[in-house]
Amino acid sequence: MIVRKKSKRKPTDISRTSNVTLSIIVGIVAVVCIYPIILMFMISLSAEKSIVMNGFNFFPAHYSLEAYRYLFKIGSQLLTSYMITIIVTVGGTILSVCLITLYAYGISRDDFKYRKFFTFFALFPLLFNAGFVATYLINSQLLGFTNSFLGLIIPLAISPFLILIMRTYFKTTIPSALIEAARIDGAGEFRIFYKIVVPLSKPGIATISLLQAVAYWNDWWDPLLYIDKPSMTPVQLMLQKTQANMQFIINNSSSMSTNSIELLKHMPTQTAIFAILVLATIPILCTYPFFQKYVVSGMTVGGVKD
Amino acid sequence: MAVCSIKCTLILNSLLNKQREDYYLMSTTNSEYKTRFRLNKNILYMLMLLPGVIWFICEMYLPLFGLILAFKQFHFYRGGFFYSLFKSKWVWFDNFTYLFSSHEAWVITRNTLGYNIVFILLGTFLSVFLAIGFSQMLNKKLSKLFQTLIFCPYFITPVVIGYLVMSFMSYEHGAVNGLLKLFNITPINWYNEQGVWPYILVIVDMWWTIGYSSIIYLAAILGIGQQLYEAAEIEGASKWQQIRFITIPSIKPMIIVMVLIAIGGIFQGNFGLFYFAPMKSGSLFPVTQVINTYTFRALMFTSNVGMTSAACLYQSVMGLILVFVFNGSLRKFDPENAQF
Repeated sequence: MIVRKKSKRKPTDISRTSNVTLSIIVGIVAVVCIYPIILMFMISLSAEKSIVMNGFNFFPAHYSLEAYRYLFKIGSQLLTSYMITIIVTVGGTILSVCLITLYAYGISRDDFKYRKFFTFFALFPLLFNAGFVATYLINSQLLGFTNSFLGLIIPLAISPFLILIMRTYFKTTIPSALIEAARIDGAGEFRIFYKIVVPLSKPGIATISLLQAVAYWNDWWDPLLYIDKPSMTPVQLMLQKTQANMQFIINNSSSMSTNSIELLKHMPTQTAIFAILVLATIPILCTYPFFQKYVVSGMTVGGVKD
Repeated sequence: MAVCSIKCTLILNSLLNKQREDYYLMSTTNSEYKTRFRLNKNILYMLMLLPGVIWFICEMYLPLFGLILAFKQFHFYRGGFFYSLFKSKWVWFDNFTYLFSSHEAWVITRNTLGYNIVFILLGTFLSVFLAIGFSQMLNKKLSKLFQTLIFCPYFITPVVIGYLVMSFMSYEHGAVNGLLKLFNITPINWYNEQGVWPYILVIVDMWWTIGYSSIIYLAAILGIGQQLYEAAEIEGASKWQQIRFITIPSIKPMIIVMVLIAIGGIFQGNFGLFYFAPMKSGSLFPVTQVINTYTFRALMFTSNVGMTSAACLYQSVMGLILVFVFNGSLRKFDPENAQF
């Protein structure tokens, strides 16, 4: 006997027809959103000649891995850039999660006397800041960020918006009673923070880690300002430099310096660029499933004044 | 969601009880410990904030001094940045006169404001719509899948976006021209057509941002108590009425915070989009150049620090004025939600 599970409809659910309509509309938006990204994959997998003949197609006439093979052949600059980006992303994310959670926790506690002032101190830059010229001059002239990891990590270390998210999270999920209890037991503030608050705030911390990791991986702006040495060039800056041609990669990949002209001649121009784009996007896209469980529940933004 | 929160409360309660029991057992020794070692709570909190405060001072507040540059003719002197800053000649408003004397000042202001107003209005509408859609869909797995797909563009950098736009709009190989060829229409060089770029930029920006903001709104919607909807259902409210009178009002405070932040960033934001999406096509500048890209290009090509600083100051002040106007109108018409 087949037991069919009865569909449990809650009274507040929408009707079946409107559910189907809604699913179709949202589905269309989803397809439109993912289409260009898949197109990018398909182009990188196309054979160069099918692009020359038919243009960029979702289903190319001929598939080929030529572009990737080519990139691995000339790859030493690619590898350097990857290393830089990975170091910056991992190091930067850890640093900024520490800074943001500590700051947000401090201003989320009601028993902190100066929390109003420090909240304002953190949120004011969202409303008024000096713009990039002054920031650039201070960072490069005064703090010496040029061609160093500092220039890639420090400027993004804190985002006032994420402090706002984290503060709301602490406020709504950590009951004061719990902290009071721990305090009565004699735990110090720092111990309360990392023994009780941090384990309870996993979704919030996971969310800001994801957002910061993406911000670091995708940062194209700070390297543009502070980096001009090929050995310090992260992936996003390399992408910008390859915008016109592949010269940059080839010139800076030492192993290939002798026959670089030869290599340039045989280059699959279009597909190679898209292959680099894929290589630059995939790693960060792959982190999403690890965070996804937490992202929605961790993203609540509260009001500024409460 | 509800089940999850109940679980959480249960765990928390048990934790709490355990802590309390421990407290009763050990209270005597602890009070002694406390009086001897406990530092002032406020000082400890300030210690926690310290690294962040240092960061804010270095990266956000120190550069504010640099705004003086807008009134100076900047020269690098040996002896450090601040030395050169104070040594440079005051020219007062010359930099501003220079900036606003060109026709471009008006064009870039118009572009910046126009695009961003459309981005904020359309973006908020679409992402609230999507968030409500996600929360109402009956098939939760499907809803999760769609959320993931729509969130994906968030991972794409502006540099990559430039190429993605190119894969559609390129004259030789682009998908759009490919489509035109199918219908025997002569291909168009889109990178010379000013008329279509406002639409392209708006579409690209929506594509890029709605996933992220709809997730933020979804988080707020999921936080609304289910009993409100049940009560409304019993009273005979239709789904539309529930959305209009429960969902929207509940997430309104958050919409306002998001809009306020977006307005503060109007004169700053979206640099990458405007810089990379048109592939630096000069003939598109009248419709794609915004204050930021103009400033950046001016700094790169002319190294005119004074004029670019003036542009930055203009940006920041305009942003601040807009925020105050928005907040002021909130105070007047919707005092509950005014942020300050």
